[in-house]
Amino acid sequence: MTIAVSRLAAAVPAAARRPQVRIVIVGHVDHGKSTLVGRLLHETGSLPEGKFEMLKAVSARRGMPFEWSFLLDALQTERDQGITIDTTQIRFRTPSRDIVLIDAPGHAEFLRNMITGASQADAAVLIIDALEGVRDQTRRHGYLLHLLGVRQVAVVINKMDRVDFAKARFDEISADISAYLAEVGVTPTAIIPISARDGDGVAARTPAIAWYSGPTVVEALDALTPARPLDELALRLPVQAIYKFDDRRIIAGRIESGSLIAGDEIVIMPAGKIARIRSVESWPVTPLSTRQHAGRSVGITLDRELFLERGDIISHAQAPRDTRRLHARVFWLHEAPLKAGQSLLVRIGTKDTRATVVAIQNAVDPGELSPIGTDQIARNHVGDIEIGLAQPVAADAYADNARTGRLVIEVNGRIAGGGLVLSVDAGERADVVDIVPVESALRPDERSARYRHAGAVVWLTGLPGAGKSTLARALERRLFSRGGSPILLDGDTLRAGLNSDLGFSPRDRAENIRRLAETAAHLARNGHIAIVAAVSPAAEDRAEARRIGDDLFREVYVATSAEVCESRDPKGHYAKARSGQLAGFTGIGQDYQPPARAELTIDTAERAVIAGVDDIERMLLDTGVLFTEVSDIAANI
Amino acid sequence: MDHLDELEAQSIYIFREAFARLKKLALLWSLGKDSNVMIWLARKAFFGKVPFPALHVDTGKKFPEMYHFRDRYSAEWGLDLRVEPCPPLEDIDPTLPPAARSAARKTEGLKDALAKYGFDGLIAGIRRDEEATRAKERVFSPRGTEGGWDVRDQPPEFWDQFNASPPPGAHLRIHPILHWTEADIWAYTKRENIPIIPLYLSRDGKRYRSLGDQDITFPVSSEAATIDDILHELASTKVPERAGRALDHETEDAFERLRVSGYL
Repeated sequence: MTIAVSRLAAAVPAAARRPQVRIVIVGHVDHGKSTLVGRLLHETGSLPEGKFEMLKAVSARRGMPFEWSFLLDALQTERDQGITIDTTQIRFRTPSRDIVLIDAPGHAEFLRNMITGASQADAAVLIIDALEGVRDQTRRHGYLLHLLGVRQVAVVINKMDRVDFAKARFDEISADISAYLAEVGVTPTAIIPISARDGDGVAARTPAIAWYSGPTVVEALDALTPARPLDELALRLPVQAIYKFDDRRIIAGRIESGSLIAGDEIVIMPAGKIARIRSVESWPVTPLSTRQHAGRSVGITLDRELFLERGDIISHAQAPRDTRRLHARVFWLHEAPLKAGQSLLVRIGTKDTRATVVAIQNAVDPGELSPIGTDQIARNHVGDIEIGLAQPVAADAYADNARTGRLVIEVNGRIAGGGLVLSVDAGERADVVDIVPVESALRPDERSARYRHAGAVVWLTGLPGAGKSTLARALERRLFSRGGSPILLDGDTLRAGLNSDLGFSPRDRAENIRRLAETAAHLARNGHIAIVAAVSPAAEDRAEARRIGDDLFREVYVATSAEVCESRDPKGHYAKARSGQLAGFTGIGQDYQPPARAELTIDTAERAVIAGVDDIERMLLDTGVLFTEVSDIAANI
Repeated sequence: MDHLDELEAQSIYIFREAFARLKKLALLWSLGKDSNVMIWLARKAFFGKVPFPALHVDTGKKFPEMYHFRDRYSAEWGLDLRVEPCPPLEDIDPTLPPAARSAARKTEGLKDALAKYGFDGLIAGIRRDEEATRAKERVFSPRGTEGGWDVRDQPPEFWDQFNASPPPGAHLRIHPILHWTEADIWAYTKRENIPIIPLYLSRDGKRYRSLGDQDITFPVSSEAATIDDILHELASTKVPERAGRALDHETEDAFERLRVSGYL
C-alpha cells in the first residue's frame, strides 16, 4: 500500500483556511438523499480509494445493480432493511468550502435521528421527488429545520429524469414548497432541478435542464456560510461547574454569546447577585488577560465568595429573565404523548429543573399542518405549551438569544423533546438592572459593636414535637436580654405568609428550606442572629441551607426521640397522621435524616429548656458569634 | 476562534458535562495519538488535573515504545493510571475471524474493569471519520448491561444536551473527540506540542498510521518523518486510516459485530 505524498503541497493544510460548512440533507424517505450524497462524493472526487469498487463488488455478489446510495449504507443492518437509520458524517470539498455532510434519515420512525443530525448543521438541503412532489416528511422536515434553528435551506427537486425534465412540473413543485416554507418562516436559498442518478444539476447544468439558470447543487453549497458564534449578543455564560482542585475557586462554562474579560462586573442569574471577574483561568498558561469570545470554554474566578451553582447564567447588566414560567414551541419525540398536567424534567443550558405542563395551547402534525386538538402532543408532532418550573431559571426568548432561548425535555432520564422559548413570563421579576441590590448603610461591625455579637444563622432541626420552637423562643429571650438582636424564623409561621404557595412534596419542602435559608442569611449578614426552627428532614436541603448561610451557619440538632415527640404531640399532628388524616408527615410517614455534623446536639428529653439554651449560648461563644470581652469587639472591628 | 479552537472548546464542554453528570468516570487510554489528545483536553478542561482514572486495558501485546510512553507520561502528567489485563485468547469466541478474535480480548478486559471498578461513564477517543460504524455514534452513548451498543435504539441528542442517565447496571460511553478528524488530531498535537509515540513517524519508508496490537497492526509506506509531513500526506491520501488494522478487513461486518458487543 502506498500513500502519495505531494511535495508541492502548501505549508499550511488547506483545511485550516477554508470555511467549513456542516450540512444536512433531509426530505421524504426514498426521495433520493443517499443517491444525491453518493453522487456528490463522486462528482467532487471525495470517495476513499477502493470504496466505489468494493461496493460495486458487494452489489454484484448480492445480485443487485449498483446504487449510489450504497456508499452511505455502510452498516450491514441498513443494507438488510434498505433504509438509512442514522447520521453519518462525510466530508467533501466544493471550490471554496469544506462541506461536512451529515446524513439524516427520512423514515418517520427515525425522526429523532434526523433531529440529532440537523441540529448540528449550519445549512440544509431539502430533497423532493419530482414525481411524488411535497409529501408529509418533506413538510415535517421543513418545519423542524426552522425549529432547530437551521436558517439556510436549499431545495433540490430530484428525479427530474422521471418527469422528462419538464419545467412545468418543476415550477409546480417550486410554488408548492415555497408557499409551505414561507408559512413556517423559511426562505430557500435556491430551488434546483436535478437528477442525482444521472448527474444533471448536481455539478453541471446539462442540456436536459437548459431552461434552468440558477446554481447547481455544488454551486449552492459553495455559497453557504458557517454559522457564526454569537459574539455580538449580550454575554451569556451558563455555569457548568465550580471547581476547587487547588486554592482557586474556578467557575467553569462555555460562553454561549458575547464576550468577557477580567475586571468585568457581572450579574449571576436567576439570583441577581453581582460580582466582578477577578481572573480568567486557563491551562497550561494562566491567567489570561485577553478578551474571551463566544464559543470558548472558560474558567473564571470572582472577587468575592458568592453562592452560585451549575445552571446559573453569568451575564453583564443586560441579563436574561428570571422566571418560573415559560411559553415554548416544542417538538415531541417520545412514544407516549405529552399531556397537560404532566411532570417532566426541563433542561435549559446547564440548568435542570422539575416542571409541569400547565397548558397545551395547540398541537399540530407538521406533516399535515392540520390542528389536532389541544390536550396532547403526539410523537413527531409539535405544539405550543406553557411550562411551570419548580425552580427559578434564567432564560431568554429564542428571538433574543438562540443559545439560551431553547430547552430540552427529559422523561425517565431520556431526551423526549425540545423546543424554543417563545416568551419568558415577565410577571416574576423585572430586569436585573432594576434590582441591583442596595447595600445596607451600616457596616456589619457597627452593629456587632452594639449587639456584642456577630451575625449568625442558628438552625434548629429535629422531628415535630422535639422542642425546636420552645428552645428557639427561649434562646431569643436570652439573646435579647444580653443586648443582642435575635429574630425568630419559625417554619410554620413563614408557611402562613412568605411560603404559603408551597406544599409538602420533597420539591416544595426544598424550596421552603431555601427561602428560610435565604431570609436567615440576609439577616445574619446584617448582624442579626436569625433563629430558624424547622423540621427540615432532608440532609440535602440542610446542606443547601448551610451553603447559603456559609460561615455564619450553626446547626443545632434537637435529637429528641420519635417516641417522646409522639407522646408530646403539641400540635396534634401525630394523632392525625396515625388516623390517616395527615399524609407525608415527618416522623411517621416520611424519614427524617439526622445531621452528621451539627455544631450541637440537644435531647430535650434529657436536658431542660434552660440547660439547652445554656448549651446553645456556649456553642455560640465558642464559635465566635457571641463576644464576652470588649477586646473581642475591638478585634472584630 | 479558528477551527482547532472550536474543536477544543467543544471537547472541553463535553468533558465538563461528563464530569458534572456522572459519578464514576474513567478515561480509556489506548496510548495512541487520539487518546493522548484527549488527555491533553481533559487537562485543559480541569485546569491541569485529570480528576478521574486513566484506564489502560492492556492486551500485553503493545509495542515496547507504547509501554515506555505510558510509564513515562502517566507519571509526568500525574495520571491515576489503572492497568487492566485482558483474558487469554483461548477464552474468546472461536467463531470470530482471527484478528477480530484477538481484538475481542480487549472487550473482555474492559468488561472486567467495569465489573471491578463500577464505572458509570467511560470516556473513549473514537472519531466519526475513522470508520463508518463510528460515524453513527452519539457523544453520550448508552451501553447495555453487557456493554453492548444498540445502534437502532439511540436516544436523540441535540443542542449539546446529552442523555446522561444510564439505566442501573449499564454505563455510558462518552466521546469528546467524536467530531475531530485525523488531520485535526495531528494539527492540534503539533500546535499544543503534545508528545507522541515515534512509531507514527516514518522510519525506513514506513510508519504506523494507527497503533494497535503488534500482531494485528501493520505500518503503511510513507516518507512522513514529521507532523507537518503527516498533514501534507493526509491532504492528498484517499487511503483509509485503519487500512493497517487487520480486523477491519476480514468480513464486511466484523467491526460492527465487535462494536455491538462492546468494542470501542
